[in-house]
Amino acid sequence: MAKLRGRGYASVNYPTGMNLGGDPSQALIHATTTGTFVVSLSSVDLGQGLKTVVAQCAAETLGLPVENILVDTADTDTGPHCMGTFASRGTHRVGNAVIMAAAEAREVMLAVAAEELEVDAGDLETDGTGFVQVTGAREKRIHITDLALAAHFTHGRTISGRGIFLKEKNDPVPETGEMDPDSCQAHACTVAVVEVDDETGVVEVLRMHNAYEIGRALNPAMVAQQVEGGAWMGMSHALFEATEPYYPARDHGPTDFNEYLMPGAADIPEYHNAILERPAGNGPFGAKGIGEMTANAPIPAIANAIFDACGVRLDTMPFTPERVLRGLDELRADRSPTKE
Amino acid sequence: MASQVVNLRVNERSREFLAAPGTSLLSSLRDTLGLTAAKRGCAQGGCGTCTVLLDGRAVMSCLVAVQTVDGASVRTLEGVARDGALDEVQSAFLEGFATQCGFCTPGMIMAAEALLDRNPDPTRDEVVEAISGNVCRCTGYGPIVDAILDAAARRAKA
Amino acid sequence: MSYKTNPIDRTYFPDEPAQDFTVIGSVVRRSDALGHVTGRTAFFEDISPPDLLHLKTHRSARHHARILDVDLTAALAVPGVVRVLTHADIPNNVFTPLKLIGVEPDDEPVLAEGKVRYLGEPICAVVAETEAAAREAAARVRVEYEDLPAVFDVEEALAEGAPIVNEYHGNNYFTYEGHHCRRIRFGDVEAAFAAADHVFQWRYQSAPIEHAPTETTGCIVVPQPDGRLRIHSDTQACFFTLDNTALILGTPFNKLRIVGGTVGGGFGGKVDIAVEPVACVAATLTGQPVKYVYSRYEEMQVSSPRAAERIYIKDAVMADGRVTGRRVTLYVDAGAYSRHSPYGTTKAAAHLPGPYSIPNVWADCHCVFTNRTPSSAMRGFGVTIADFALESQMDRIARALGMDPLRLRLLNAYRDGDLKAHRKVAEGTALVEVIQKAARMVGHELPEEYLRMSSMDRRER
Ligand code: FES
Ligand code: FES
Repeated sequence: MAKLRGRGYASVNYPTGMNLGGDPSQALIHATTTGTFVVSLSSVDLGQGLKTVVAQCAAETLGLPVENILVDTADTDTGPHCMGTFASRGTHRVGNAVIMAAAEAREVMLAVAAEELEVDAGDLETDGTGFVQVTGAREKRIHITDLALAAHFTHGRTISGRGIFLKEKNDPVPETGEMDPDSCQAHACTVAVVEVDDETGVVEVLRMHNAYEIGRALNPAMVAQQVEGGAWMGMSHALFEATEPYYPARDHGPTDFNEYLMPGAADIPEYHNAILERPAGNGPFGAKGIGEMTANAPIPAIANAIFDACGVRLDTMPFTPERVLRGLDELRADRSPTKE
Repeated sequence: MASQVVNLRVNERSREFLAAPGTSLLSSLRDTLGLTAAKRGCAQGGCGTCTVLLDGRAVMSCLVAVQTVDGASVRTLEGVARDGALDEVQSAFLEGFATQCGFCTPGMIMAAEALLDRNPDPTRDEVVEAISGNVCRCTGYGPIVDAILDAAARRAKA
Repeated sequence: MSYKTNPIDRTYFPDEPAQDFTVIGSVVRRSDALGHVTGRTAFFEDISPPDLLHLKTHRSARHHARILDVDLTAALAVPGVVRVLTHADIPNNVFTPLKLIGVEPDDEPVLAEGKVRYLGEPICAVVAETEAAAREAAARVRVEYEDLPAVFDVEEALAEGAPIVNEYHGNNYFTYEGHHCRRIRFGDVEAAFAAADHVFQWRYQSAPIEHAPTETTGCIVVPQPDGRLRIHSDTQACFFTLDNTALILGTPFNKLRIVGGTVGGGFGGKVDIAVEPVACVAATLTGQPVKYVYSRYEEMQVSSPRAAERIYIKDAVMADGRVTGRRVTLYVDAGAYSRHSPYGTTKAAAHLPGPYSIPNVWADCHCVFTNRTPSSAMRGFGVTIADFALESQMDRIARALGMDPLRLRLLNAYRDGDLKAHRKVAEGTALVEVIQKAARMVGHELPEEYLRMSSMDRRER
């Protein structure tokens, strides 16, 4: 009886957005007289961090600190339309809409600053700390708070902008499947190292190496969150999860967290991750969506590692101890090395 | 069985309220006292999102019938920050990106508080053990374990 | 150390213009984290409006049955029960969520009407003053059934003479513009098989998977002074839920307002319009706020899972490792109703044959109805399970040929300018580079020619 080690590989791509019905999202942005910009959306943050990432997009575009941005979202009375959070579309669609809105607002902001400073708007830049200044001339500058007040009380202007991203409707050709469903593709290659206990059938994932290409890492710490959380979910799908463990039989369905098994904090492997950036021309600062894909490559990587470890090819998910043991029994019964 | 007046010391404040038989501590906190930090992820002891400290011990408040703990002292996440300042566990979770959706966070932090109160210098395994009843579906647990260890280190320095 | 980042390796795409960002690309603290660590983040269930009523559902105890009688007497007798809703109370009871983008037909009742098609299907909704009373009364509803034959296997469901699951479709499959499946036809796979050195065919199967967010699906509906309804929801898509709910209620869209956006995990499980319509009807009929939140059991067994899929892949492979043809037959088990599965099946079709340039591809992707909990969107749907099959297949081919599995992938990897099977020209590809990077991370040696490969070089084939 032994613990058998194996290594498995998987490489995948994943589409950003899934469009067939037309896929728009809108953003509105306006400055209050405090110099704070409010981004109005109806988009939903599921915990992936949309609110943070769109604030970054607005701040970068306006040239202001992220502290000057407030994101007000998910009230259908006050936020413009968004299709919703799914299909790895949030960062891409909403990010683009926010950039467009912020760019329009920036133009007004610079126009008002030009009047205040009595220079040409083309000669102005933002310094990233809250000032608009004459390019290269720090002493000639105005703070966004003064600017916002002046716009409202002196110039009668709203520093505001409208943005939309639309992926146009596309109908698949029924005969051939020709279609344009997505905006770009992100990429990943996962290498999983597992240990299979040939007595109990238990598979332990020891290490996962993940190389991702995601266009642009808008917030590297949140990218790390997605990669690690997704790898965990992929491992969980691979080894444990099923609402119908003996599918297609409907019996033995788990009803709570005691029966629906998932790896706990004690079961997590060592992760080694790396990010590549090949910015997408149509992405916000080049970003592609990676929220969903991080769970994908780990599953086949683990299946392939199990085969590498013990010669059992699991073609049915999840890879439970029962399935591993049945596979080992079959191998022992039929020691023909030509199985694969 | 009749409703009963229950006295609890919640986050250092005396609270007196009427509870129907079978009402859970979780429901009393959330629905009666308006303390909504503790979450209801399952109401059956399976997820740990409702974890609070009951006389210093971490309990799943959905499993505690509030009438049976009359007179006890309860600490919830609302009572962790002092004078508006985050404590070490909160800071470590915040700065360590240990939250995604945040629904498990109140339970995780309270489980961590209970651990660090009784064991200020836990090993990684002890941290894992302390949160073994708490489900997180987003983070993969690693950042949470790291944050709790980080909190212990911060507390040792403080 | 207080947070993790993954190293960004810029050696692979050195020509990408280095951009000078201030905020983008830097570690900005999450704007929601302070609320999370102080417990102040407001999730939908964290409000408690006065006079709140609670809604619980009585669900089907059968997989497939005619409903002969529903007896509410015992339920109505439970103290605290305000009302019991049935399908007759729902203005437009039969719906399908993707009708907003033109998907037809309406095929799912909000509350069962005459028939149940899966175990756990909602039949009636009890509204009561306390959650306990609602739960108790829901358990006391008596339904008399006449069992009908049920079908649980996708291929059995498509066989001649199988019981029909969903009469609104008439067949046990979703119809794509007159076709019984979503098809990909690219090149000539049969010719590829005839010319191949090897032909490999294997089968893959997955089971339904639950999203298992820590926060269950739910909403609280609060009638407003102006006659509108404010819906506090954990939906993943506010307007999508608003529009569908208005259609079901038969009410002008602007009578509804959704407030949400802070969700305790979704993973695709909260786009189904599962709770809002019936809660809105209850709030309208009673004039009081109504809360409808799934129990953990409902979340596990009744809310849509990730679909089970069965996938057959047959490949034409040359001795040098080039895959020249791929034929895929894919079945998505939609369960009893469409929900988002017709869409996911199309997404699966677009994903084939995986991230490889294969000149001949044939795929039939079936969206199949069975008597089980309807499946729907989940993190990567259409792709996740396909990737399990495709990447297991690549591993098996490599082993059968005695080839390095990474070299096999690199040899077949799609690159810029390749025409994909759904006839979109690939751009911005980077499969080659992530494989090279992963190889380097684990010390897997690749010969020079494989290290020199680039996604930006067009391949001669
Ligand atoms: S709500 Fe108490 S353990 Fe889940
Ligand atoms: S952060 Fe979402 S459950 Fe833990």
